[in-house]
Amino acid sequence: MNPTAYIRNFCIIAHIDHGKSTLADRILERTQAIPARQMTEQVLDQLVEERERGITIKAKAVRLDYQAKDGQKYVLNLIDTPGHVDFSYEVSRSLAACEGAILLVDATQGIEAQTLANTYLALGHDLSIIPAINKVDLPSARPEEVRQSLKDVFGFSPEECLVTSAKTGEGVDDILEAIVQRVPPPAGDLGAPLQALVFDSHFDPYKGVIAHIRVVAGQVKPGMQIMMMSTGRTFEVTDVGVFRPAMTPVDSLGAGEVGYLAAAMKNVRDCRVGDTITEKDRPAAAPLPGYRPALPMVYCGMYPVEPSEYEELRDALEKLQLNDAAVTFEPETSEALGSGFRCGFLGLLHMDIVRERLEREYGRELIVTAPNVVYEVTTTKGERLRVQNPAALPPPSTIASLAEPHVKAQIIAPAGFVGDVMELCQGRRGQFINMEYLGSDRVLIVYDLPLGEIMFDFFDQLKSRTRGYASLDYELTGYRTEDLVKVDILVNGEIVDALSVIVHRDEAFAHGRLLVEKLRRLIPRQLFDVPIQAAIGGKVIARETIPARRKDVLAKCYGGDVTRKKKLLEKQREGKKRMKMVGSVEIPQDAFMAVLKIDK
Amino acid sequence: MSTTAVYIHVPFCRRKCLYCDFQSRPYRGQDEADYLEAIRREISLRAGEETGPADTIYFGGGTPSVVSVHVLPAVLDAIARSIGIAAGAEITAEANPESVRPDVLAAWRRAGVNRLSLGVQAWQDTLLRALGRLHDRTAVVRAYELARAAGFTNVSVDLMFGLPGQTMRDWEETLAAVAALGPEHVSAYALQVEEGTLLHRLVSLGRLSVPDEDTQADMYELLRAAMAAAGYEHYEISNFARPGFRCRHNLVYWHNGDYAGFGPAAWSHRGRRRWGNTGDLAVYAAKLAKGVLPVEQEEVVNDREAMGETMMLGLRLVEGISDAEFRAKFGLGVADAFGPEIAALTARGLLVGRDGRWQLTPRGLLLGNVVFGAFV
Repeated sequence: MNPTAYIRNFCIIAHIDHGKSTLADRILERTQAIPARQMTEQVLDQLVEERERGITIKAKAVRLDYQAKDGQKYVLNLIDTPGHVDFSYEVSRSLAACEGAILLVDATQGIEAQTLANTYLALGHDLSIIPAINKVDLPSARPEEVRQSLKDVFGFSPEECLVTSAKTGEGVDDILEAIVQRVPPPAGDLGAPLQALVFDSHFDPYKGVIAHIRVVAGQVKPGMQIMMMSTGRTFEVTDVGVFRPAMTPVDSLGAGEVGYLAAAMKNVRDCRVGDTITEKDRPAAAPLPGYRPALPMVYCGMYPVEPSEYEELRDALEKLQLNDAAVTFEPETSEALGSGFRCGFLGLLHMDIVRERLEREYGRELIVTAPNVVYEVTTTKGERLRVQNPAALPPPSTIASLAEPHVKAQIIAPAGFVGDVMELCQGRRGQFINMEYLGSDRVLIVYDLPLGEIMFDFFDQLKSRTRGYASLDYELTGYRTEDLVKVDILVNGEIVDALSVIVHRDEAFAHGRLLVEKLRRLIPRQLFDVPIQAAIGGKVIARETIPARRKDVLAKCYGGDVTRKKKLLEKQREGKKRMKMVGSVEIPQDAFMAVLKIDK
Repeated sequence: MSTTAVYIHVPFCRRKCLYCDFQSRPYRGQDEADYLEAIRREISLRAGEETGPADTIYFGGGTPSVVSVHVLPAVLDAIARSIGIAAGAEITAEANPESVRPDVLAAWRRAGVNRLSLGVQAWQDTLLRALGRLHDRTAVVRAYELARAAGFTNVSVDLMFGLPGQTMRDWEETLAAVAALGPEHVSAYALQVEEGTLLHRLVSLGRLSVPDEDTQADMYELLRAAMAAAGYEHYEISNFARPGFRCRHNLVYWHNGDYAGFGPAAWSHRGRRRWGNTGDLAVYAAKLAKGVLPVEQEEVVNDREAMGETMMLGLRLVEGISDAEFRAKFGLGVADAFGPEIAALTARGLLVGRDGRWQLTPRGLLLGNVVFGAFV
């Protein structure tokens, strides 16, 4: 008897807000992985941010015992996947750990961009897909329409598509049965050299890095010498176990099984998502396919508000990195902001999450500069440089060419909004690729866009122009040379390096003008006139002046007021502390993010 | 024997003004009786604390003119008995035009009140209504004439600028009208939108808007020019007086001198200690009924803080701070205590040292907070 015959490894894929976490909660309840008393909503989403944003960032795995209608006991491994495009690499590694996927589609919304992207990703991994139409309890549910579009777009037969309400629990039993019947058991040779896929990790202060693994071949047990195939580093296994969802030790994990492994690894970078773990003395012939180191796509500067808190910020970043190998940082010095760090992220959402964690969990007060993509410079001497900070761009005379990353963006919107979507994409230097009807009303619009153009407010604009109906997914396609220039901002005659941006030459003038206008409104009046200029090279392209402050005085101060007025003046001074002195000008923190909020 | 400055808080109003964040409550007869009994107890309980007879007495509020005619005389009588009132003392009472009546004025005069401060605020009925004031322009003229008829030879007028909806023309008209009336003293305050007031709420909701910084600065400059042209000396950021009519009571505050405050929410200052009574009339009365002082807040300042406060208060005076007086008080000169601050503020053109005094420049008068903030 194949020991893996009663194992099913599956995940749930869905567009954001289509009910993935709620379905996971119901499945956990039905299989009694968690006593009802301990059940909190969306138990798999542990981080506060995940809960508040309603999205799942870190993949996790839970082992469930399920008594199927055929009388057999099954082990179901539910592998949770992140639901945001920033984490698409992590999604692909989670999918690689499964044999099946529940494709959850909101009955009121239908197929959306991430439905499409995730489904193709799952099909690419040869997963058995169980389509399930969710939220059928809602009055606005149109399950038949969704069933039809699942057929039209992906070719699922209407009989394959289950209906459910994760909220009420309706149809959840059918889904569990379908997992048992339709998802194949994992294959794998217990006697072969170990191959275990790392699909996630977290840091435990006592055990070090905990690798979340799917064993593909062989087996792993405590005491074994293992090797990370991407780095060749070796460790001795101290613990293996499964998530129920609490960490529960087991004697060994064999081919087909999902669980965790600890090996006194001190750094999450020793245990990269996507890497293959094998045996030191009997290594597998080849690693599992698909590994690539997480490559930051977006960079920004993070500076302590108080220059003296530089070390504390470094400590916080180091601690945070223990749990998040995708964050990178290196020291950076800004003339305007002093000493801080250039930090790299998978995307804007990832950046926001990290910033919030630094502020909330680590109590850091930060100045964050506007994010930018990584540019590729070819110098006139033929060198190639990766530029992570616009301020660090070499002088124009030494640049032979400048390239920026492009993405293929897939947007799904109701047919009536096609014009609006296209107008938005054209305005962001988009190049139309193709368009295709998904059923009668929904249209898939594919554009090539510079990543830098969709970083800022593209998604918000997309939502507002389509009354919230459009969805977006994108993938990096590579670098392309463009006519890009650096726009510097001068405050009171001095370049504020942290405000420099790289934009297309055609947009430089408009961008510079909008930015100086924005800054004029954001920077409070000082004791003297402050000119704000935008310049390319030495040439000023826009100018505004913040007039000197004229009035700031308390009209009254009599006996009883003294204590109160003192407090008021102290409060004013505290407010100033949160400003950054650049030369002799006080600049509020949010001015450094101003570039982000420019309405085009 | 030194003299004493006495402040009496009268915590009643007929109605709360839009911008007011002072301690006041709607007037009720029973409250008034409780108040009078309590404040007499407070005055008598604290009799031993003072070093000399009152040289200035100031009834502020609230609206001292809304209480019954006997209240102020009764309080003055208590002060005379417990503390003493110096010959030639300046005794001021604030009054709102609508509640000024001949019998009130006569009673106050008889009791010794010799300075009247009229809350005029603006000359335009629309602006007055918008502020929640209960008087109009006619009531101002009538109250002013009644005050003169009652024998008040020292009348002050309170004005406000930077009001919601107020134009430069309104302000010009107000200043001309006040100059024509010819009071001995004028206080003109830029409207402060204080947190917790109804005005603050309306402004943050976008229901009202106040003139911007530049307009307010223009209004202030117009004020200074108009007052100078009408023969008033500018002696404090917001205060103007005919020669010899500066408010002696308020000068005590600006010289960081000692004062004794009585009544709910009144503050006192003696040496390095500053303390404030509870603002809750019921608590105030209940504590005093038990013979306990109703002190709720207290601050003891160290040398450095005392020097900073002296700067913050003294620089409000147009003549500024005398280096010699500062030295007499603290044993070192202003520039010894605040070298870097003085240098920075002087370099920015906000502060100037001349003839042994440190003063705000004309620009510094409008940017006082920048200067004061450097010292506290």
